[in-house]
Amino acid sequence: MGWAAGGWGVVRWARAAWRYLRAVSGDDAYERYLAHHAAHHALEPTLSRKDFFTESQRQKWTGVSRCC
Amino acid sequence: MLVKRIWGVLLAVVGGFALGGIALYRQEPINSLWIVVAAVCIYMLGYRFYAAWIAAKVLVVDPTRATPAERLNNGRDFVPTHKWVAFGHHFAAIAGPGPLVGPTLAAQFGYLPGTLWIIIGSVLGGCVQDMTMLMLSIRRDGRSLGQMARDELGPIGGFAALIGTLMIMIILIAVLGLVVVNAMKHSPWATSTVFATIPVAILVGFYMRSWRPGRVLEATVLGVSLIFLSVFGGGWVDHQPWLRTVFDYPGLSLAGFVIGYGWLAAILPVWLLLAPRDYLSTFLKLGTVFLLAIAILLMHPQIKMPAITQFVDGTGPLFSGKVFPFVFITIACGAISGFHALVSSGTTPKLIANERDVRLIGYGSMALESLVAIMAMIAATLLDPGVYFAINVGAGVAGAAPELAVHTISGWGFPVTTEQMAKLAHDMGESTLFARTGGAPSLAVGMASIFGSAFGRGLLGVWYHFAIMFEAVFILTTVDAGTRVGRFMLQDFLGHLWKPLGRTSWYPSVVLASTLVVAGWGYFLYIGVIDPNGGINILWPLFGISNQMLAAIALSVATGIIIKSGKARYALVTALPLAWLALVTTVAAWQKVMSPNPKLGFFSGAADMAAKLAAGVLPPERAAVAARLIFNQRLDGWLTVLFTAILWFVILDMCRVCVRRLSKQTVAKSSEAPYQPTRLEDLGVAAGLRDAVQGSH
Repeated sequence: MGWAAGGWGVVRWARAAWRYLRAVSGDDAYERYLAHHAAHHALEPTLSRKDFFTESQRQKWTGVSRCC
Repeated sequence: MLVKRIWGVLLAVVGGFALGGIALYRQEPINSLWIVVAAVCIYMLGYRFYAAWIAAKVLVVDPTRATPAERLNNGRDFVPTHKWVAFGHHFAAIAGPGPLVGPTLAAQFGYLPGTLWIIIGSVLGGCVQDMTMLMLSIRRDGRSLGQMARDELGPIGGFAALIGTLMIMIILIAVLGLVVVNAMKHSPWATSTVFATIPVAILVGFYMRSWRPGRVLEATVLGVSLIFLSVFGGGWVDHQPWLRTVFDYPGLSLAGFVIGYGWLAAILPVWLLLAPRDYLSTFLKLGTVFLLAIAILLMHPQIKMPAITQFVDGTGPLFSGKVFPFVFITIACGAISGFHALVSSGTTPKLIANERDVRLIGYGSMALESLVAIMAMIAATLLDPGVYFAINVGAGVAGAAPELAVHTISGWGFPVTTEQMAKLAHDMGESTLFARTGGAPSLAVGMASIFGSAFGRGLLGVWYHFAIMFEAVFILTTVDAGTRVGRFMLQDFLGHLWKPLGRTSWYPSVVLASTLVVAGWGYFLYIGVIDPNGGINILWPLFGISNQMLAAIALSVATGIIIKSGKARYALVTALPLAWLALVTTVAAWQKVMSPNPKLGFFSGAADMAAKLAAGVLPPERAAVAARLIFNQRLDGWLTVLFTAILWFVILDMCRVCVRRLSKQTVAKSSEAPYQPTRLEDLGVAAGLRDAVQGSH
């Protein structure tokens, strides 16, 4: 942790910001899905990145997901 | 603990001082920084004390209880999510064009009434509604408002909520469509820029689906850069005499484009147009709001609009009606938005990892949304009042010729000259800024002035069209998304009549339902465009009434549930905003229906025009459209009656349930899911969520 104290603090902060951006935009959604899948449904087949993405988009736009 | 208390007291003192200063100090122009400071302090006070108290006492937030995201975790829509990520999602979902347009229009009363309501209404009403709905839905496996109304109140409440939602959707899309049309009217720069966003969205759609599946950030960077280029490209188009004419359209043709676009977007697969456009508009929206906040803090412009104008008496030129109740109806989403109840139930609850996060995500997001409304109010009121009215008042009110318009407006006590308007239009790269109703152009002029003075005046035209494009892009996203939701709801209805029509993937049903929804809002959009008074003066109050009605339905459901759960002594938390909304909406609806003033009442307006048509005193271009406008005013009148009836049905249904509960009779059983302890901490998921965002190694 020592390196994080000095000038590296900026790097650490930038990494956190990058991770936040990926999480909030859904850029890392497939990686999270894989992790969840490996932990809970390891025996079932996984969706491909493309299928996962298509499916989650369909799901997102089925309900009210945007306001006035 | 002591430090926190000192903080609280300090906030209270500064906030109270700033708000009191705004309310009482009227001798000379006020600085916008006061307004921002007052707003932020009041939000923080509300968040720190009121929201915490509601979470603890009324909602009884229980951090040990497993949320649906944990219990039903499927790695897709039910996913425990870090609170700041969920906050980002929720804020992006609730932030729309409403809080930008409403305050701009309400500025006709002066900056004070609207500003006070944006701050007070959100802290005591809107934020409370959003947080309460979020919590109630979390306790019910993420059920929607309509489902909760049906489960907790009964079928009448459920049906009313459904009808109300469909209606508000139709009116909302029409009024937003009108805002875009008025912003693009005879503006080749704006039109070409907005048109360019469609192929950009399609390109991004292909990128995310086929070329680099799921690489959202790469695709967004590509799309946003292309959109920036298209703003400059529009400026280039504007300087090419032959290209100019290709993108120079009157309102009616643009309305046709918007209607056709909405129809296509509703029947095309989401990945092609809707989803990529949404990514772009979300980034633009958050980025621009952030930029605007920085620019306002840097420049802290003077507010030039008086605190209160003479138009509080109901003679306002943007829309008619006294400050009570119409400032509340007009601000709508910036203070309390019924629409948020739909997002707070259904989508967001499936992401919440722990119940204690509802304060940040429910209350906090709405407070931020309210701050956006405050910034829109600042952007509208930093303009010279004469300029503000010249842009926002329809030609039917101020006069079609510029000389006549400046004469009328200067006569109200807000001096403005044709030279001033011509120079402004030239600086902004537009041919004229007179009678550009709908709020978007005046907001864009306000934003361009702030951005211009903060980041360089040379590019005023670019800033102006950037602001127009930014509003248009996310209004079109609402048009797409709203039409699609309306389509699903309609298919659900039609499915009861004939089963196959309810299948959301059966193409004939998709096309039929989409066509019906688009025809619904397309009609109101068309009427708005041919209305010589700009259309906004009729449509926006109708939208405000329907939106506040939906909020009242949500607050009724919340009040019913609070009383059923045996916490009648805390019911005022939601019952008070409900009573206020019921009062405001009913009085506004009463005036819109019963007023003998033809500018205010729908039926008297129709009768007045019919009399003028019969007497032959209307100019020929008005006589040509009069029959349609008369029919529309009557239709709007009946719609208002229907909205009010739905509202009171739900309120009375809620009262019935509460009276039965309080007199110990049987009521519908609570649909709350049984308690299960959370295991996120034990499993290390909670720590994992923190790591995922904060990156502590």
